[in-house]
Amino acid sequence: MRPWRGTGWEDRSGGEGTMEEPRLRLMAAPHLHAQDSTARIMWSVVATLVPVVLAAVWFFGAGVLLVIGAAMLGAMLVERLLGPGGAIRDGSAAITGLLLGLTLPPGFPLWMAFIGGAFGIGFGKLIFGGLGQNIFNPALLGRAFLQAAFPTAITTWPAVRPGEVLTFQGDLLAAPLMTPAEVDVVTQATPLGLWKFEGEVTGLWDLFVGATGGSLGETSAILILLGGAYLVARNYMNWRIPVGIFATVGLLSILFGLFDPTFPGPLFMIFSGGLVLGAVYMATDMVTSPITNGGAWIFAFGIGFLVVLIRGWGGLPEGVMYAILIMNALVPFIERITQPRVFGKERGVKKAEAA
Amino acid sequence: MGDLLFIFVSALVINNFTLALFLGLCPFMGVSARVATAVRLGMANIFIMLITALCAWFLNTYILENMPYLRLISFIVIIASLVQITEVTIKKISPKLFRELGIFLPLITTNCAILGLAIFQTNRGYDFAQGMVFALGAGLGVTLALVLMASIRERLQFSSVPSLAKGVGMVMILAGSLSLAFMGFAGLFSA
Repeated sequence: MRPWRGTGWEDRSGGEGTMEEPRLRLMAAPHLHAQDSTARIMWSVVATLVPVVLAAVWFFGAGVLLVIGAAMLGAMLVERLLGPGGAIRDGSAAITGLLLGLTLPPGFPLWMAFIGGAFGIGFGKLIFGGLGQNIFNPALLGRAFLQAAFPTAITTWPAVRPGEVLTFQGDLLAAPLMTPAEVDVVTQATPLGLWKFEGEVTGLWDLFVGATGGSLGETSAILILLGGAYLVARNYMNWRIPVGIFATVGLLSILFGLFDPTFPGPLFMIFSGGLVLGAVYMATDMVTSPITNGGAWIFAFGIGFLVVLIRGWGGLPEGVMYAILIMNALVPFIERITQPRVFGKERGVKKAEAA
Repeated sequence: MGDLLFIFVSALVINNFTLALFLGLCPFMGVSARVATAVRLGMANIFIMLITALCAWFLNTYILENMPYLRLISFIVIIASLVQITEVTIKKISPKLFRELGIFLPLITTNCAILGLAIFQTNRGYDFAQGMVFALGAGLGVTLALVLMASIRERLQFSSVPSLAKGVGMVMILAGSLSLAFMGFAGLFSA
């Protein structure tokens, strides 16, 4: 319907208006845009992870690219087959697969990585209705599934071999559901495993640079922090979450160190294991972290507390994944208690329906 | 004291009745749609678990010492009658609470988590204090699971969950995911 036909007002597509027939551009609010879109944010995150992947190649050999590729393939294939049309282009499935790949050990059988990615996207995201509606971080849910299903394969850590890029460590091409072949792998305990079961503390510089055994992305703390700093600068990430997690873990390890001298120092606790990757890239997932800033602090404190609890007293050497998943489950609750006051309403007055 | 703390934490999270042992799933599936009702059901659970632990301890110590074969049937009868007595009492002294609890109170009678509590307590040979702490931890654990599930389900009301996963299917998937997350507590404080 064009109510002002012939008056010049309907012309939105160009042409210079004149004094008698002004050209008016009609559009709905908002009129000021940032250039950010879901796809742009997601692919920026992927880009900041590229150095981390390259570091993993440097430390563990080119086989890690196959592990990450298999996880990404699993995630993106399920997104493509079962997800809403075009969803693959926004890059969220690519991130899930990439982050899952970075939490896996080098030399992890490829078919397991593929299943992990498929499970993470299928049961971690699509079943809830797709992007923006999931409760748990899909990559971590995929990893928790793999940890429950293949506990041996996911805790076999091939040794770090800096510079030997063309090595393919581990049983990458294991056939699905078969008894694994006897493959000779030189393994190396992770820093947390060494501390927990041998009482040995790894040097800080090795932890910081990443020359330690562990998952692919658990190693190079400095690259992860740089990528995180870029994302914070672009406002793609709530800085309160990583800062809160690091502060909580640091303070708690100082506190427990007072009572128990064998408890490692705060820097060891922060830079060992998956804490840096988890705090910067997993906990800050926009969908599964609280939307309020107060909630973000509570969320971060909870993750830090659970990490120290599981590392210090749990049966497993590392607990970042479980800490984040448990706090993910608490997010709806945290958002409920940190809901900001509606303008004009008094604090502490309950809604009628809650009575 | 450390022993009591371990029993409490173990029942609360490590061997959470709902998320690790998968006991008492019917109210977990049925009454977890809203946080307010989930909290009330949790409270009722804690209460019944405490008096069940008390009675199971009493039975084991003073009456059934020499007839363990009567334990199971005695527990069932005693739980059912206790819940009945509680219901009548609450109805008399606090009709408001009675209305709030509604069907949940009699529902708990036939809940396997309660019978499981009595059996675990007997098999592990808990004394009075241990039994009460165990019951409190287990009850709080069930409440925790219920409230978590209810808050997630309330949030999911705004999600476009595909039709094949709506309703109980979604609850099952959420329970499985929560259970995966709670696996992180395995072995806590046991070293």
